[in-house]
Amino acid sequence: MSDTNSEWPLWEVFVRSKAGLDHKHCGSLHAADARMAVQMARDVYTRRQEGSSVWVVRSDQIIASDPGDKDMYFDPAEDKVYRHPTFYKLPDSVDHM
Amino acid sequence: MQASIKIPAAPELAYLLRLADTCLISGQRLGEWCGHGPILEEDIALSNMALDLIGQARALLTLAGQRSGQCGGQGYDEDQLAFLRDEGDYRNPTLAELPRGDFAFTILRNLMLSTWLKLMWQRLGESSDAELAAIAGKALKEARYHQQHAADWAVRLGDGSDESRRRCVVALDRLWPYTPELFEDDAVDAAAVAADLGPAWAQLREPWLAEIGEVLGEAKLAVPPAPTFRSSGKSGRHSEHMGYLLAEMQYLQRAYPGGAW
Repeated sequence: MSDTNSEWPLWEVFVRSKAGLDHKHCGSLHAADARMAVQMARDVYTRRQEGSSVWVVRSDQIIASDPGDKDMYFDPAEDKVYRHPTFYKLPDSVDHM
Repeated sequence: MQASIKIPAAPELAYLLRLADTCLISGQRLGEWCGHGPILEEDIALSNMALDLIGQARALLTLAGQRSGQCGGQGYDEDQLAFLRDEGDYRNPTLAELPRGDFAFTILRNLMLSTWLKLMWQRLGESSDAELAAIAGKALKEARYHQQHAADWAVRLGDGSDESRRRCVVALDRLWPYTPELFEDDAVDAAAVAADLGPAWAQLREPWLAEIGEVLGEAKLAVPPAPTFRSSGKSGRHSEHMGYLLAEMQYLQRAYPGGAW
């Protein structure tokens, strides 16, 4: 494990665009700490006016679903169309649902 | 081969050119890091800053070219002023033209110049020249980021490993003798103050020393003693490095006059 300290940790970068409401994942980078990660994210991912806010998250702090569980997790939803709220008759007075 | 242009000897013009050339020449030096940064992200960051500085130089040179026409000389555009002057007509302080050195040298010079530029832009925001004030308003945002970027790295390197610290100490010793030139006044400054164009450079000295002292303290680097050496780039007497820089920077416009792409 002697070389674990020779590489900076990985950070995931999320950028909120000027008109956007949510931060979208746009890539990752290596940085020594959070402050450096935010600056680098600014320099690498917003230099063409892509954003007005940046989040960075240590990649090892993200808990992801197991790709091996993909079938079990997500396929059962395929034939459950009734879970979409499209089978209700809405009164005319209700707009924009 | 394109001949050199002549610059009228007006103090207002010299004041603008000193600032414009500080941006232009440090932008040129920073651009030398493109493709050579220690890591990809830093390579992009340094190139971004080089382009910020060249953008500032473009705005100032455009303004200077107009002023040149208004004070009895010929009017020029930004490219003519950037590429067709002789060495003695460039007015940047020598600090800006020193070879880029290693990363510690570049970071510490960026710290010195971005702090200086930030203080200058703050004051030029109040200039009696509305165009100069507008340029300063835009440039100030850029300079603030440049200063933060350089200060953070200065602390990381100065208070970092033995090797990074050693390089910082060497770089600081080499750079410091060129700093008094940033705060020396002459007739150009007096004319700028009289016309409310901008501050005399000496007015930036105290706030600059305070801000630099704070960063160096955090970086555990000692402020070097006041130098006796005086550089003279802003009077047009440059170091031996300037000719090589200009040869590379001017080559295309001299060989292909008016070339655009």
